[in-house]
Parts: sequence; C-alpha cells; structure tokens
Amino acid sequence: MYVAVKGGERAIDNAHAWLAEERRGDVTVAEMSLDQIREQLALAVNRVMAEGSLYDPDLAALAIKQARGDLIEAVFLIRAYRTTLPRFGASKPVDTGEMACDRRISATYKDLPGGQILGPTFDYTHRLLDFALAAEGLDPAEAPEAGAEPGPIPHVTDFLSQEGLIRDEAEHEETPRDLTREPLEFPADRPLRLQSLTRGDEGFVLSMAYSTQRGYGRNHPFVGELRIGTVPVEMEIPELGFAIEIGEVVLTECETVNQFTGSKTEPPQFTRGYGLVFGQTERKAISMALVDRALRWEELGEGDTGAPAQDEEFVLSHSDNVQATGFLEHIKLPHYVDFQSELELIRRLRAEAMQTGRKEAAE
Amino acid sequence: MTDQAYNFAYLDEQTKRMIRRAILKGIAVPGYQVPFASREMPMPYGWGTGGVQVSAACLTPEDTFKVIDQGADDTTNAVSIRKFFEKTAGVAVTQRTTEATVIQTRHRIPETPLSDGQILVYQVPIPEPLRFLEPRETETRKMHALEEYGLMHVKLYEDISRHGEISTAYAYPVKVEGRYVMDPSPIPKFDNPRLESAAIQLFGAGREQRIYAIPPHTRVVSLDFEDYPFDPSKAPHPCALCGAEDTYLDELITDDTGGRMFVCSDTDYCASRREAGEAA
Repeated sequence: MYVAVKGGERAIDNAHAWLAEERRGDVTVAEMSLDQIREQLALAVNRVMAEGSLYDPDLAALAIKQARGDLIEAVFLIRAYRTTLPRFGASKPVDTGEMACDRRISATYKDLPGGQILGPTFDYTHRLLDFALAAEGLDPAEAPEAGAEPGPIPHVTDFLSQEGLIRDEAEHEETPRDLTREPLEFPADRPLRLQSLTRGDEGFVLSMAYSTQRGYGRNHPFVGELRIGTVPVEMEIPELGFAIEIGEVVLTECETVNQFTGSKTEPPQFTRGYGLVFGQTERKAISMALVDRALRWEELGEGDTGAPAQDEEFVLSHSDNVQATGFLEHIKLPHYVDFQSELELIRRLRAEAMQTGRKEAAE
Repeated sequence: MTDQAYNFAYLDEQTKRMIRRAILKGIAVPGYQVPFASREMPMPYGWGTGGVQVSAACLTPEDTFKVIDQGADDTTNAVSIRKFFEKTAGVAVTQRTTEATVIQTRHRIPETPLSDGQILVYQVPIPEPLRFLEPRETETRKMHALEEYGLMHVKLYEDISRHGEISTAYAYPVKVEGRYVMDPSPIPKFDNPRLESAAIQLFGAGREQRIYAIPPHTRVVSLDFEDYPFDPSKAPHPCALCGAEDTYLDELITDDTGGRMFVCSDTDYCASRREAGEAA
C-alpha cells in the first residue's frame, strides 16, 4: 500500500510515451508537416508568435504541432526556447508608415490618402460552414490582383495632428525598459505596459477591452486606423557604423482615436490608444489599443472609476497566460503536506467546538 | 537541438549572474523580497521555476543535488526537476539529505538537521506574507518598508477570537532577524523551528519574480502572542514504518472503510532509520 506513492519516475516516462502517441493520433492518417501548419493555420501561428514574443513562423508551427494544437502550451514552448537565446542587441524602431500594407482601414474617414484596403479579412464573410472545404484537393480560385499602391501610406492620426485636434505624444529618447530582462515593478510606464499587453493573452486583453466598451472605464474609441503588413527591420551594426536591413516582419497596428473632454490643464481634444502586435492579429491589436487608452487615465487627468481595465497592477499582473496557466494548473501537483496540516487543524478545531457544544460544530 | 546546445545548468551565464546578485542581496537583507528578472523556464510556473532558477544559479559541477517534493524524493515533480539538472548540468544526484550540497524542496524542510555548507532552495508560490490581507504589491512593499505589520497581528488575533487558536497550519508567517515578516513557503508549521539552521536557505518565486534568503544561524521567530505561543503541532501518531515520534507524517487511506496509516513524509529520513535498525 505504501508503494502507491513510489514509482514516480516510471510513471512519468510512460505518461510521456503515451502523450507522444496521442499527439500523433491515428497513424493511418497522414502526419501534418510544419509547412502545412505554417501555411494553413497561419493565424494560430501568428498568435503563438505574438504571445510567445518570438517572430519565427517555423518554430511557432513546430510548437503548435508539439502542443497538439493547444495554443497556450505552444506559446509556453516558444517562451521557454526564447529565454535561452542570447541577446545580440536591439533593432532600430520599425517605421510602420513604411509598411507594405495587406490591409489598411479607417473607421473615421470614408476615404483618405492611401485608400481603404480591405485585405484578407473575415469581416464580410457569412459564417456558414463551407462544406466544399471538407473535400480536399480543391484549390481556391485565384484572387484578382491590382498593382501595389506606390509610396508610403500616411497615418490617419497625422491628419488630426496637423489640425491640433489630437494630443501630441512626446517622443522619448531613452531606451524603454525590457519586460523580459527586468522584473515588473509598479508603477509601470507606458512602454512597459505596451510590452505587457502585446504579449498578453488574447482572451484576457479582449475581455479587458470589452469591459471598457460596456462602461467599466469607458473611453469611447474610434478605430482611427488598422493596418496589417510587412515592415523591414533594421539594425545598427557597430562594425559597419550604419544600419542594415536584417529581415522583415508582419505586424498589425491599431491606433484608436478617443474622446477627451479636457482637463484643468488641457483643452478638449482627441487622445490615442495604441496597439502593435506580431503577425496578422487584429482582434488583439484593437483590444490592446483600448486597454492602453484605459490605462492612461492618470496621465490624462481623468478620474479613476475603479474599473479593472484602469488598474495597471491588476491588468499587467494577470495578462500573461504562461504565468496564469502555470499557477492555475499547479494546484493539481501534490499538496499532501499542506492538506495534512489543514486536516489536523480542522479535526482539532472541530473537536474543541464539539466539546464546548457549539452549534456550528455540526456543520 | 542537443542538450549540449544549452549552457551548464540551462541558464546562460548573464542570467545566472543576475540571479546571483539577487541572492547576495537577499542574504545581505534577510527576509527581504528582492525583485529579479525571472526567466521563462521549460517547466510551467507553479512547478518550481523560482527554485529551479535559484538552483541553476547555485549549482557547480562538483555539487551533489537532491530534490524533494512533499518531503519525498520520488514524487513526480521532484523526479522531473532532478532529471532536468542531471540532463542540463550533469551533476551528481542523491536522495540522502546528508550527502547533498544543494537541496531543492517544495513544502518541506528535511527532518535531518542541515549543516554548514549545504544550501536549501525553496520553491515559493506566493512570496508575499501580506498578500491575502492586501492584494496590491505597491501597498505591501510600502508596509514592509515601514515595518507596518499590524494587519498581520490583527489577522492572527481574529483567528484566536474566532477559533481559539491561530488557524494557519502551513505557510505560517515568521519574522526574520527582528525585521522582515516572511512567508516560509507552504511548509507545515511543524517545520518552522528548523528555519533556524546552519545551512543557507534561499527562496525563489519565479512567477512573482522574487528571491529572498535566510542566512545561516539567523533568528527566525514564528509570529505569536505571549498568551498564545506558537505551537508546531503534528498528527499525534508515530510513523507506522520507522516508529519515529518526532517527524511530520503523511496520512494514507489504506482501505475503503477509512483505515488510516501515518508514515514519515520525509522518505529519506524514514528509510535511513529503518536501515539503521531503529525501527520499532
């Protein structure tokens, strides 16, 4: 009987072997390749890259395969890999104005320089299961192509800026703190909050943003602009003395335009919320912008309504799904010792309560 | 990627240096929670990532490593962490408390008194002893800075007025060297007296990004009142296997009718006693 608690080592090995079998599933069904995952589950790959804080579609595809499609588990695999990578340096800030846009929409202007580009979006699809997809081997009809818009596409908020209608954001020269290299301490500044939000759990950030729309820290956002596309990443190479392009990343950027009634020191004007996320991840980028704006209440001299989305410590401490899932699931680890001490305590308290004949003792 | 692609004990040297600085600061200010830039580890938060990082920063190739969870070397997570360091650091491992130079633990302090030269590394879920009285980190840090521990004493007092005793059975708060109130991690309060030790005791909380320490021979006092002194109680039974009367016991249910058996939670201590023929 006491042997029941022994044998942990063999149990683990066997469990891992079973897990590997389950991951593969029925071996008479063809195995998925990483290329297939990367190309056909691209939005899952994007989410794993964004929350894993590592831009590598092939590794993200591998993580999704290894995690059997559990995206939080895949994010975790990527994070654990990322943490071992040496840090060579930092890139120059990317210029999203130079983005080669696949999608660029504004909800505030019907037409504007650069135009509205719908891009590959689910927005106007009817959510009817397409049974034709169940049959394999059917390639989609080729989508018509237009020539690329020449030149950079200006940001919508620039137009508002020119009129002085939107609050100017001071440019910061100092290098922002790095969430992955320094412990999170409060109060956090905006760069740190944005870092935390961009790698935060999509569901959590979405719900926080949604809560502001329903009145918990309302900040009435317009999507001034949402753009998705490819930007070059440049890095200063000390040996060369100038910056060279080291690659490209796909980003989603969202700038919201929010009402602001003015404060003691500032006249009424629009303000901004900002979202920037790896890959095509627009739900996350819009959510991020709303939460960013809600967290700026103090800096903008607004009232603290006590809403969760206004509470920096609450939002930042709970947005990371790798932390959250780990701590939540750890309660399935053995707690014999703690439970034993509680057991003894409760027996003693009950015995004492019985003796003094207290009525609650029976409960 | 092969195992050789990782540095000794998994973490890169810069990260280890950062952790060692936090450890040194912790030792210099006993009981103070030092923030550190905790890394993602290849096991989940809640599985001992803080302890694993502290162990990784402490281990040298000459060390002998022991891991226990709930007092036992063969619980699944202890096996997993021990294997991790066997693989990434190639250090010798042992189940003998006396042979180990670094011991990582979850929820227990070994029964065998530790000695000079040993390091005990605790896995800590919630490092802040005031957390369940005040959820905000900004507030609790202020309370520690001002040595404002009234709230904790009120909590203990309310326990007594409601239950006739302090109803904290594990993670029982202590005051370290007359200054910081500290959470000893979820060890049963039975273990609290052994927090005063000849070994270095390091506490790592990965998710919460905190490291703290109790240097050797530091005064550690479990919070109590003069008229309600601290009582490190345990189940009133001897161990069914080795007969020890002074050890912390696991309670096992042995049959469908509620039969019980009490055995040492510290498996090495129990086995050593039985080998030495001291069994009752």
